[in-house]
Amino acid sequence: MKTLLQVDELKVHFPIKKGLLGRTVGYVYAVDGVSFTLREGETLGLVGESGCGKTTTGLGVLRLIPTTSGRILYNGEDIARVKAQRMRELRREMQIIFQDPYSSLNPRMTVNQILGDPMDTFGLYPGRQRSERIAFLLEKVGLSPEHGRRYPHEFSGGQRQRIGIARALALDPKIVIGDEPVSALDVSIQAQIINLLLDLQREFGLSYLLIAHDLAVVEYICDRVAVMYLGKIVEMGTYEQIYNHPKHPYTEALLSAVPIPDPKVTRRRILLQGDVPSPIHPPAGCHFHPRCPKRMDICDKERPPLTSLTGDHQVRCFLHA
Amino acid sequence: MTESRHLLEIQHLKTYFTTFEGVARAVDDVSFHLDRGEVLGVVGESGCGKSVTAQSIMRLIPEPPGKIVGGHIWFDGMDLTTLQPSAMRRIRGDRIAMIFQEPMTSLNPVYTIGDQIAEMFQLHRGMGRREAWRHAVAMLEKVQIPAPHKRASEYPHQLSGGMRQRAMIAMALACDPEILIADEPTTALDVTVQAQILDLMLQLKEDFQTAVMMITHDLGVIAEIAQRVVVMYAGKVVEQAATLPLFEDPKHPYTRGLLRSIPKLGERSKKGRLRLEEIPGMVPGLLDLPPGCRFEPRCPHSMAVCREREPELQDLGSGRLVRCFLYGT
Ligand SMILES: Nc1ncnc2c1ncn2[C@@H]1O[C@H](COP(=O)(O)OP(=O)(O)OP(=O)(O)O)[C@@H](O)[C@H]1O
Ligand SMILES: Nc1ncnc2c1ncn2[C@@H]1O[C@H](COP(=O)(O)OP(=O)(O)O)[C@@H](O)[C@H]1O
Ligand code: SF4
Ligand code: SF4
Ligand SMILES: [Mg+2]
Ligand SMILES: [Mg+2]
Repeated sequence: MKTLLQVDELKVHFPIKKGLLGRTVGYVYAVDGVSFTLREGETLGLVGESGCGKTTTGLGVLRLIPTTSGRILYNGEDIARVKAQRMRELRREMQIIFQDPYSSLNPRMTVNQILGDPMDTFGLYPGRQRSERIAFLLEKVGLSPEHGRRYPHEFSGGQRQRIGIARALALDPKIVIGDEPVSALDVSIQAQIINLLLDLQREFGLSYLLIAHDLAVVEYICDRVAVMYLGKIVEMGTYEQIYNHPKHPYTEALLSAVPIPDPKVTRRRILLQGDVPSPIHPPAGCHFHPRCPKRMDICDKERPPLTSLTGDHQVRCFLHA
Repeated sequence: MTESRHLLEIQHLKTYFTTFEGVARAVDDVSFHLDRGEVLGVVGESGCGKSVTAQSIMRLIPEPPGKIVGGHIWFDGMDLTTLQPSAMRRIRGDRIAMIFQEPMTSLNPVYTIGDQIAEMFQLHRGMGRREAWRHAVAMLEKVQIPAPHKRASEYPHQLSGGMRQRAMIAMALACDPEILIADEPTTALDVTVQAQILDLMLQLKEDFQTAVMMITHDLGVIAEIAQRVVVMYAGKVVEQAATLPLFEDPKHPYTRGLLRSIPKLGERSKKGRLRLEEIPGMVPGLLDLPPGCRFEPRCPHSMAVCREREPELQDLGSGRLVRCFLYGT
């Protein structure tokens, strides 16, 4: 498979400002050296606890927020450095779906306007093609042409998410980033949207970067999975490698904490102590060492390197260095 | 109606909300019970009436627009639906306590968490300030908050989400209640912290012999901690059973659909990616409910009778109740 997107050592640091002069007194190291590739037609999952930098990674890759350093190669072009005008063109090919189907749609626009707006911006699908395209998109996401005349508040959460997906597909993108696209939905609606995302991927050859906290959903959808902790990827591999042969103690703990909807299954829980430390003052050495059940002497002194295991499997831990 | 041999028994509870558009039958003829020392799971999608049921038990329904318009809630020989507000205040927090999804709904941002827990001891146990404070610190220690002496003097915003949830549990369990109602207590938390909180709740349940009513939309959480389950849909109980039989052999088409619509950890590696079963359509609005069975528009087994009248809750024996015409009239 062809590599579509290659992210190299991406960093996004948010300055913390204090006082009248807005002096910078420190940084939130939200994304701190993240590297991954996304291949044509595949789905890469990004998982980790709240605040570990998943959304910031997604926004950084699309340059919807300024990045601090690193390269984002899309078809060989470094979009971390391209001019604003070029970036606007590239956005056509990279879209994002947000978690909250309520706040991500303009309440004063009809669905037809919401879907037509990006086409107008890029001067695509003029005249009759515009309404044909809108009807096509609505059909693809399981809505009907009559829905086009309605406003977002007239739809249920699941339907609004369908509209958000249709909008993302309007300009025939190559890459779609989904930031928790099903987590705000009711359980009985989630399956509808998951199936829809998989169908659309097959039909249009989309590549997905899927940000999600539900590890069962990620296992179900993704080809490869990256596990993040405090701004870094600590393990990455195929879904089989991550779910059946996790190597990083954090991945093990995360997976063992997922409640399984089967009362016959009893598992050994790895209970992590405490919460995620602040990304303003990440712990020295291995960021995970204060909570790691397998911590060794070296772990609070040195940074573990990213080690390649079999195939695409990579892990950042001294146990495997 | 008679009083109950159960610790808590809800009989034909109806709680309605009067809105501009009409009357929303948020809880409509709900019955179930809770026994000493058990964990009862109450599961259902958003808006199905889980929180309104809990608020009815606690008599926290905002009135107006809400009102308990029918039924009984039996607790220790008393019907909570008709209890005087002063008597209810003595029960609330002391004998029946509640925790919420968002800890800030029960924690006051302007008082230290130590003061807030101590207040429970002063209010319900008549302790003096110092003794109450000592007990508050001990409670924080019981819920495994590190450095409890120091934390007791901190304000809620100084704690992480997981610690706030622990502080709220400490406050709820302060007076050793007979019943703890937990309304989505881990929904806003990471799985790692959720695991800590569930573990803590189970441990405290053993120590205090508290009966827990666990409200959640997460079938995984139910499978992990509940002994019995009540499944709600659009204001009604549609199925009730012990946890294992419910997951092994769900009877109601809605329960079946729910269980088949969620991806299960580890399943893809074993069986490949099977297409998730969808429940078509969406939950009906409470103001335009279908005339017969409330699940009928989405049900794959719908029959003529299902559109004509509402099915009754059938007792199938061994504690299994189902509201569906597939199992008789
Ligand atoms: N604009 C900003 N200014 C300062 N800090 C920020 C900003 N946006 C995010 N952060 C911080 O960066 C870190 C990573 O945030 P991010 O939103 O990427 O996390 P996430 O992994 O998406 O979490 P969640 O699962 O809660 O969505 C957090 O500590 C967050 O508070
Ligand atoms: N204060 C209120 N006023 C009007 N309707 C309400 C109020 N509180 C709850 N409801 C309605 O009652 C129904 C059940 O709500 P709730 O019990 O909170 O659902 P859940 O099962 O998600 O906890 C919903 O349709 C909700 O909109
Ligand atoms: S490097 Fe050390 S502390 Fe970090 S995950 Fe590995 S064993 Fe644990
Ligand atoms: S009563 Fe009829 S419509 Fe309702 S769940 Fe049973 S079969 Fe389906
Ligand atoms: Mg996020
Ligand atoms: Mg609720």
